[in-house]
Amino acid sequence: MPELVFLWTDILVFLLVALVTVFILYARKRPHLSRPWRMVFSSRIGISSVIVLLFYVVVGLMDSVHYRPDADASDEKSVEMLSLLDFALSDMRLQQEKTYSAPLATHLYTKENIEQPDGTTIRDYPRLKYGGAHLDDPVNDYSRDLFKQTITGVSIGIVIWAVVAVILVAILSLNNHQSFNDQLRIIMHGDPVIPWRTALWTLLAMLVLLATLYNLSQYYHVLGTDKVGEDVLYQALKSIRTGLLIGTLTTLVMLPAAILLGIMAGYFKGWVDDLIQYTYTTLNSIPGVLLIAAAILMMQIYMSNHEADFASLVERADMRLLFLCMILGVTSWTGLCRLLRGEALKLSELDYVQASTAFGVGHFTIILKHILPNVVHIVLITVVLDFSGLVLAEAVLSYVNIGVDPSTNSWGNMINSARLEMAREPIVWWSLTASLFFMFTLVLAANLFSDVVRDAFDPRLRSQS
Amino acid sequence: MIAYIIRRLLYAIPILLGVNIFTFSLFFVVNSPDDMARMHLGDKHVTPEAIESWKADRGYEKPLLVNAGQQGMARFTDTIFFQKSVNLFIFNFGQSDSGRDILYDISQRMWPSLAIAIPVLLVGLLVNITFALLIAFFRATYIDIWGVVLCVIMMSISGLFYIIGGQFVASKLLHLVPISGYETGFAAIKFLILPVIIGVIGGIGAGTRWYRTLFLEEINKDYVRTARAKGLAEQIILFRHVFKNALIPILTGVVVILPLLFMGSLITESFFGIPGLGSYTIDAINNQDFAIVRAMVFLGSVLYITGLILTDISYTFVDPRVRLS
Repeated sequence: MPELVFLWTDILVFLLVALVTVFILYARKRPHLSRPWRMVFSSRIGISSVIVLLFYVVVGLMDSVHYRPDADASDEKSVEMLSLLDFALSDMRLQQEKTYSAPLATHLYTKENIEQPDGTTIRDYPRLKYGGAHLDDPVNDYSRDLFKQTITGVSIGIVIWAVVAVILVAILSLNNHQSFNDQLRIIMHGDPVIPWRTALWTLLAMLVLLATLYNLSQYYHVLGTDKVGEDVLYQALKSIRTGLLIGTLTTLVMLPAAILLGIMAGYFKGWVDDLIQYTYTTLNSIPGVLLIAAAILMMQIYMSNHEADFASLVERADMRLLFLCMILGVTSWTGLCRLLRGEALKLSELDYVQASTAFGVGHFTIILKHILPNVVHIVLITVVLDFSGLVLAEAVLSYVNIGVDPSTNSWGNMINSARLEMAREPIVWWSLTASLFFMFTLVLAANLFSDVVRDAFDPRLRSQS
Repeated sequence: MIAYIIRRLLYAIPILLGVNIFTFSLFFVVNSPDDMARMHLGDKHVTPEAIESWKADRGYEKPLLVNAGQQGMARFTDTIFFQKSVNLFIFNFGQSDSGRDILYDISQRMWPSLAIAIPVLLVGLLVNITFALLIAFFRATYIDIWGVVLCVIMMSISGLFYIIGGQFVASKLLHLVPISGYETGFAAIKFLILPVIIGVIGGIGAGTRWYRTLFLEEINKDYVRTARAKGLAEQIILFRHVFKNALIPILTGVVVILPLLFMGSLITESFFGIPGLGSYTIDAINNQDFAIVRAMVFLGSVLYITGLILTDISYTFVDPRVRLS
């Protein structure tokens, strides 16, 4: 019987999803929050980056549902923990080659002694165990098969897209009380409110790419294999969760402290303000990388001295990831705290807050009812803006060995191990390229998205353009 | 003015004390020196004697805060906190695990760091301001839109890519410069040129976009409208009025990072094998040399606070409206 397992980060991920859902429900009814969001979705860049991000999020969420496939078995295997993503990509995960093989290759990347049927040995590139194993004659059939599989993948993608598009148009036409054809025409000519056409094109591109990759991955290693023969595409997909976690959990961890302290400093002023300012100036004056390095070093010592506390390597790596998020949060909350303090300082002088004070409303109620709702946009902008920087920081930190656990799949770890591959002759470029490409796409989408969000929520900027 | 500077310097003392207490608790309270010794010695050599001698070598055998075995002031001075943390205030960093004087190492290694950081800063400023002015001049045209798109794309590429790609193209394919290494004197140029170029390219995206925002902010102000109304040419408006006023935030933004240039860049230096403070820190992290990490944390904080004070002072020079009191 499969048994669900909840890692600490999984719980926080689902907490985050719940929070986002609550926020959406909350924002729907409040025009000052929902109007900017409508602006975000009415920009073409905004909606296409959201769709790209959505694909990442789905992969990340699938990778956050962990289970033990065989909980009753008591042997070593039962410790192994899988996620839904592992399940969906079982072929990629299990089809392990011997060592390096190039993207879509049918043969290994290094020569080996191969024993011939007649007893002699020759030195050649051996066939892969799985990649292109269905071909009888790889030399002649290869390009035809590759073409055929690509076309199949593209067609599957288009079919899925068509189904999704029809459902979307049907829902829209029901909502707008229009006939299906009218709605379709509006979308084709460019909807004035929400650019559904752009959204559909982006969706088409993503679905075709995904379906093609998936179809090809059934027969080949699309992005090659690494030193121990693991599929690089699988690794890159698994790394998505780590990247997303670092980008989101860090802000989730720091938010309570930043919001509470920032508003308290600005609202109460006096010695509370002095104390909080002193705290964040002190923390801020420690160089971020060094603080992280020091904290991670200390955690390594703690973990090596308390090995018994961690049931498995996975849990240990998970704790390290969570700790990294926390320490990144410690180094990054000061900026938001300072912004919120300034805003709260300004708000607490406004007439309606003064009036509430005069009426004898308690501090707690004033903060909750009058200050907090008016700083939500600052929090939102900061969260979205910080995301891409954190994803990039993860790679750098992992390179310095103060990032995630070496056993965790992450783009930083992939790049780190790829450094030695670049020095090989001939070079092994696919691991590095794959990780950089996946990271680039995520960060680019996040950057474009955050630009749109900032423009929509920051009235000061809006008036200028 | 002088009174202000003195006040700021005095205000720095509690902050540095806070940094010290924070690092002290991080290094010695969260994990006892025994834990560190055990980690350092590895699983095989852990005997109580080995731990004691490891601690004695580094002066970690003393009590943390109060030494009950001593009399008078020595009760407080003969402790880890006083020896290891308070001594940082007089820049007495002590010795590293390999027995070298940390202050001497830092004074030697800051020069290669500066040799990279200063050219990167200056060339980067020049390049970014040029691009930003160009984009601001052609604002709201396709040059502007595509320029910003290019900036966002360049921002989204990991810094590691610039370094690995640059090393691969310039050193491995074209054999223009050595991949890594360092020499003293003018021979260092061939080792420095690639990291400097990569550093500049890596900063173009974020820098240009930021400066563009600053320029556009100025362009929308009233005095620019006046200048335009009296018939000045767009170039003159841009260079004589907008540029000068936008320099204020640019300059003060540069001043705040000036002192931190000493710290060097962790990634660049370790990739290019340059013996600066950045690679010094990375080596210390990898060797788990706590004395060095502690010293660098303190040094970094000092430099950061210096940067903040310098920024405030520089405001009075570039903007006569600002008076410090």
